[in-house]
Amino acid sequence: MSDIRRLARRVEGGDLSAVARAISFVVDERPGSEELSSELYRRSSSVHKVGLAGPPGSGKSTLTGRLISYWRGQGLKVGVLAVDPSSPVSGGAFLGDRLRIQDHAGDPCVYIRSLATRGRVGGLTPTIFGAIHVLEAAGFQKILVETVGVGQDEVEVAHAADTVLYVVTPGLGDEIQALKAGIMEIGDIFVVNKADLQGKDKAVADLRRALAIGAEASPAGGWAAPVLATSALTGEGIAALGEMIERHQDHLDSSGQRSRRLKDQLRAEVSLYLARRISRSVEKRLTERHLSALVERKTDPVTLGHELLDARGGA
Amino acid sequence: MVEGTASPYRILIAKPGLDGHDRGAKVIVRALRDAGFEVIYTGIRQTPEMIARAAIQEDVDAVGLSLLSGAHMTLFPRVASLLKEEGLGDILVFGGGIIPDEDFPLLRKKGIDRVFGPGTSLQSIVDYLKEALARRKQATDGKSKARKIKEGAKAAK
Ligand code: B12
Ligand SMILES: Nc1nc2c(ncn2[C@@H]2O[C@H](COP(=O)(O)OP(=O)(O)OP(=O)(O)O)[C@@H](O)[C@H]2O)c(=O)[nH]1
Ligand SMILES: [Mg+2]
Repeated sequence: MSDIRRLARRVEGGDLSAVARAISFVVDERPGSEELSSELYRRSSSVHKVGLAGPPGSGKSTLTGRLISYWRGQGLKVGVLAVDPSSPVSGGAFLGDRLRIQDHAGDPCVYIRSLATRGRVGGLTPTIFGAIHVLEAAGFQKILVETVGVGQDEVEVAHAADTVLYVVTPGLGDEIQALKAGIMEIGDIFVVNKADLQGKDKAVADLRRALAIGAEASPAGGWAAPVLATSALTGEGIAALGEMIERHQDHLDSSGQRSRRLKDQLRAEVSLYLARRISRSVEKRLTERHLSALVERKTDPVTLGHELLDARGGA
Repeated sequence: MVEGTASPYRILIAKPGLDGHDRGAKVIVRALRDAGFEVIYTGIRQTPEMIARAAIQEDVDAVGLSLLSGAHMTLFPRVASLLKEEGLGDILVFGGGIIPDEDFPLLRKKGIDRVFGPGTSLQSIVDYLKEALARRKQATDGKSKARKIKEGAKAAK
């Protein structure tokens, strides 16, 4: 058996160090990662994925910890992918989410992995889908994906999760109006976290009002996105949130939306893969000579681009 | 990133035991991030078991331990031996804090590659880490190549 297959079998056996190594293979795109991905994908099935988005510091990681406890209480195995931004200058990253999810360190049914965006805008890493498939293959029954708290850019999480939680705080006030575009459409459940602080009721009311305006334009398959208040600090509202997540999952099944979403996710995954592969193989053909020709205006970027794309067939 | 190009090294910075002095650890986290590493910080009050589990789940290349309380002689080697037990002896373990020079040799013997005390320049820590990790990588690449050759020879028989 090849090393890759052996690793795949260990992942399927739920061995967490194999899961960790497999995710590294996939996100680093190491040699053998494609074999590993196909091996794992074909032998597993899809799992309910919950995405968490929202401004920095709104409590996504702390809430993640609470949701893990909630699902552990139901005996479910939970996998978490927590994404933080890479520094555009150094390429390094401080991956701080794990710091806030401490209570499950000893639990063999919980796996938490921090990932860096590595130069990708939109809140996710380009290889997040591959990491999700590793968790699916390892038998996790709930998968949580926490994205970078960058506001408007986070729309991407909708391509990776079945149920998207959008997490805000009472202090946000008028900013909620500004957040409306883009984000409002992707949230399936809105959470006003830090409900232990002042201004919770107003924030909930503001959000409901903002959502009511949006809802007329786009009723998302008959699901009116609810607004819930939680405190990840005290645990208030967590059970209600857990139940709402189940309700949304049921809705996806009964409305036929589940397979629609899954197909959207797979389309996004394939198109990201194509974009990476094509641009890599074509860019390799771009030489100094081509650039000089452009400088001298003997050709133009569009014509050159076409030529490079056409020459690709032999690659 | 092209298949085969290097991804950033991943480092876990951890504070074992009850020591609450976390400034040094945070300074190191920031310096490593700015030097291009992906850094995960556990926070304070971690048991060696928690640190080893985090290192496994995060698949890090190195674990940096920070301790100013004086308990390094028990806690540092414990982390190193837990990693070894899990078959992850190739993770680099290093550390820093208030650590007397005379403890260095024994720590090294117990799997702590190197320790840095107060006033160490951050650049020298970064340089050390890059160098040590590159060396390890070469060593493990060599090992897996050797194993492949061995397996190949077996298959040929
Ligand atoms: C600031 C400080 C505090 C602050 C801590 C604030 C905080 N959140 O960090 C406060 C006031 C809270 C505090 C409390 C105590 N402190 Co105090 N404190 C200090 C002091 C003055 C400076 C430490 C510091 O922050 N330095 C700045 C940072 C940047 O330096 P650093 O941590 O040494 O890190 C550098 C290197 O060591 C190394 N490094 C550190 N970690 C790592 C990790 C890796 C991986 C690497 C590569 C390198 C590395 O790189 C860093 C950069 O160069 C030191 C004395 C001293 N000069 O060191 C005493 C000192 C550490 N404290 C001491 C004591 C005894 C205490 C208390 C027990 C006092 C008491 N009786 O209440 C409490 C315990 C608190 C607790 N919960 O653990 C003693 C420890 C004695 C010992 N080891 O035997 C010291 C040495 C003072 C002394 N001379 O007695 N303290
Ligand atoms: N008062 C209060 N504080 C909270 C609550 N939830 C989280 N916090 C605090 O808010 C801060 C940020 O929490 P995180 O969970 O790290 O927030 P986050 O959204 O994951 O942050 P990023 O990942 O950096 O975007 C921490 O200091 C938490 O302790 C809550 O319900 N109430
Ligand atoms: Mg977070």
